[in-house]
Amino acid sequence: MIAEKTLVAITGAMASAHAMRQINPDVVAAYPITPQTPIMMNFTQFAADGLVDTEVVTVESEHSAMSACVGAAAAGARVMTATAANGLALMHEIVYIAASTRLPIVMSIANRALSGPINIHCDHSDTMAERDSGWIQIFCENAQEVYESTILAMKWAEKENVLLPVMVNQDGFIISHAVENVELLPDDVVKEFVGEHIPHAPLLDVEHPVTYGPLDLYDYYFEHKRQQIEAMKEAEKVFPQIAAELSEITGNEYDFIESYKLDDAEYAIVTLGSSAGTVKYVVDEMRGEGKKVGLLKIRVFRPFPVKRIAEALDGKKAVAVLDRSASFGAEAPIYSEVKSALYTVKERPILQSYVYGLGGRDFTPEHARTAFERLIKGEFFEGEGYLGLRE
Amino acid sequence: MAFMLKDMVKKEWRLASGHRLCPGCPAPTLVKLALMATDYDVVVANATGCLEVSTTIYPYSAWKVPWIHNAFENAAATISGVEAAYKVLKRKGKIDRDIKFIAFGGDGGTYDIGIQALSGAIERGHDFLYILYDNEGYMNTGNQRSGATPTGANTTTAPIGKVSLGKLQVKKNITEIIAGHGKVYVAQASISHWQDFMNKVKRGIEYEGPAFINALSPCVRFWRVRTDQAMEVAKLGVETNYWPLYEVVDGVYKINYKPRKPKPLEEFLKIQGRFSHLFKREGGKALIEEFQNEVNRRWERLLKLEEATKQV
Ligand SMILES: Cc1ncc(C[n+]2csc(CCOP(=O)(O)OP(=O)(O)O)c2C)c(N)n1
Ligand code: SF4
Ligand SMILES: [Mg+2]
Repeated sequence: MIAEKTLVAITGAMASAHAMRQINPDVVAAYPITPQTPIMMNFTQFAADGLVDTEVVTVESEHSAMSACVGAAAAGARVMTATAANGLALMHEIVYIAASTRLPIVMSIANRALSGPINIHCDHSDTMAERDSGWIQIFCENAQEVYESTILAMKWAEKENVLLPVMVNQDGFIISHAVENVELLPDDVVKEFVGEHIPHAPLLDVEHPVTYGPLDLYDYYFEHKRQQIEAMKEAEKVFPQIAAELSEITGNEYDFIESYKLDDAEYAIVTLGSSAGTVKYVVDEMRGEGKKVGLLKIRVFRPFPVKRIAEALDGKKAVAVLDRSASFGAEAPIYSEVKSALYTVKERPILQSYVYGLGGRDFTPEHARTAFERLIKGEFFEGEGYLGLRE
Repeated sequence: MAFMLKDMVKKEWRLASGHRLCPGCPAPTLVKLALMATDYDVVVANATGCLEVSTTIYPYSAWKVPWIHNAFENAAATISGVEAAYKVLKRKGKIDRDIKFIAFGGDGGTYDIGIQALSGAIERGHDFLYILYDNEGYMNTGNQRSGATPTGANTTTAPIGKVSLGKLQVKKNITEIIAGHGKVYVAQASISHWQDFMNKVKRGIEYEGPAFINALSPCVRFWRVRTDQAMEVAKLGVETNYWPLYEVVDGVYKINYKPRKPKPLEEFLKIQGRFSHLFKREGGKALIEEFQNEVNRRWERLLKLEEATKQV
């Protein structure tokens, strides 16, 4: 049954904070960094006002934030955190450890360009640097998605046989600091949806002592990595079920990808994050001009929905893939993975790679239009193109 | 109440034998004594290093208590998370027993790479005991120098050579750094004085808030002493005032042992192979003298601090 919702005008950061408040995690350990700061400031205010039971650990660095999250989750707590850019990079070592220890931590990320040079605005270089860390990665288009994805993430992470940490990405400033209309679910509905946290082999069960993080050499490490690969497959398998459960109470759809006017489209753009909203606007405009264009938005980047993407793009004439991060000396990450997903389709579209929006550079409707029009006119070129760049 | 051997033999070891630390290594003894010094249930965090790698080679574990290793530099941050989880779960009525939290770290994991995480955890006031087993170098990776390596020691990254006598800098005084955090129980101890060590563990655990013990734990391998000499060399550290046994509780100093007639530092140095070049090579004598002066300076300073913080 669809729950009764409250409409509020809030930022993406506040949407995260509300989801965290309603999840009411046992422990939150975090360190401030722009543009993640309002997530933490709003949440710690909720804690200060007694609206949550959370133990907030105001650590002295992001490295310690993730380290404390690992300790708390292994101890048996439900754990959340938030960061961005350099903070995520500083955590890097422990980001891997959290995933390989199979700890279901949920982390909000307000995506920001990695240094250097130092910059505080949006791109995806921070989260893309973690794409092989073993975390589930969700990307949000707007504040509503941030809110709902965070709630979904908690349940997904803790699902038996999954037990993997999840990053919920929102574009720094563009989503985190922009005020939008967001529909909030009632507190008790969220509480019931995420359910009671039942920890797996917690440290605090002192009658059943466990050893976490032993030295694991050539005789077992490989098998453990294989189990981790399996956990990610399991995550892919159970996602539709969890998504359906959330749909039942929100009335919204959640899939690994979102197809927007894509079915009969001949030309498509693939993107993720807030740029999807801009592309939708341009798709509508160009449809009005009679052009057969559409959008494929990737919502879940890890596990990467290879089949869904292949099915959605099979038979298209030409597709532009947009990346908000570069891979120096190689193809940009989303492009590279979409390209490889299309290797086995029957009618492979022509592909074009574009990098856009680095360091917070605006992504405008004109950029999306340019990409579409080049596809339609058959103006293809080798290597990647850049949208909004002064060459 | 003193810890008596006759009672201790009846107690269960909470670290099993069969671990793979070197014969004669005092680190596992230190752990066994620490876990024997309290009757509380404990959860242990362990930094990467000799103790960690040698006690938990998968699929085996020597630990009979809940134990977590996360990484090299973050044992203090990890135990903060465990302790935070305990606090909230206890508040919610999901846990009813009293549990204490102990972190073990080597000198590399504490003086150097882990000092920030430890400083943060102490400043935040988590209720835990951090036990540093100081073997004065990165032993797990093959005796590289650390901030805890003393002047003149031969290590693999500050080796003796035609123009060098080993490490030329002085040892960092981490006990003082931690004491500088203010609201904390701090102690320096030595494996050679095991009753004193156990008393400190007990006091550290019972102290409300963070506690830190820096325990001298000679590495028989890289200090180049015989496998039966760990206790002897640690004792010489204490008798020469190289390693004073003292406590600082909320800023108040107390020296637990004052040698009536301190031995010359040379006696501590000369039984260790890592210092043997100082007795043979040019400049060695002068370096020992400088080192002795530093030991005297630190001891005099300690006496004054004890006097200055005496409570009336
Ligand atoms: C981030 C990181 N840097 C370096 C290492 C390599 N490393 C592992 S243990 C160790 C030395 C440990 O020294 P210490 O803390 O003194 O413990 P000991 O082995 O001497 O008991 C080093 C350098 C590591 N594991 N992680
Ligand atoms: S190398 Fe030294 S510290 Fe490490 S186990 Fe051997 S004796 Fe102990
Ligand atoms: Mg060491």
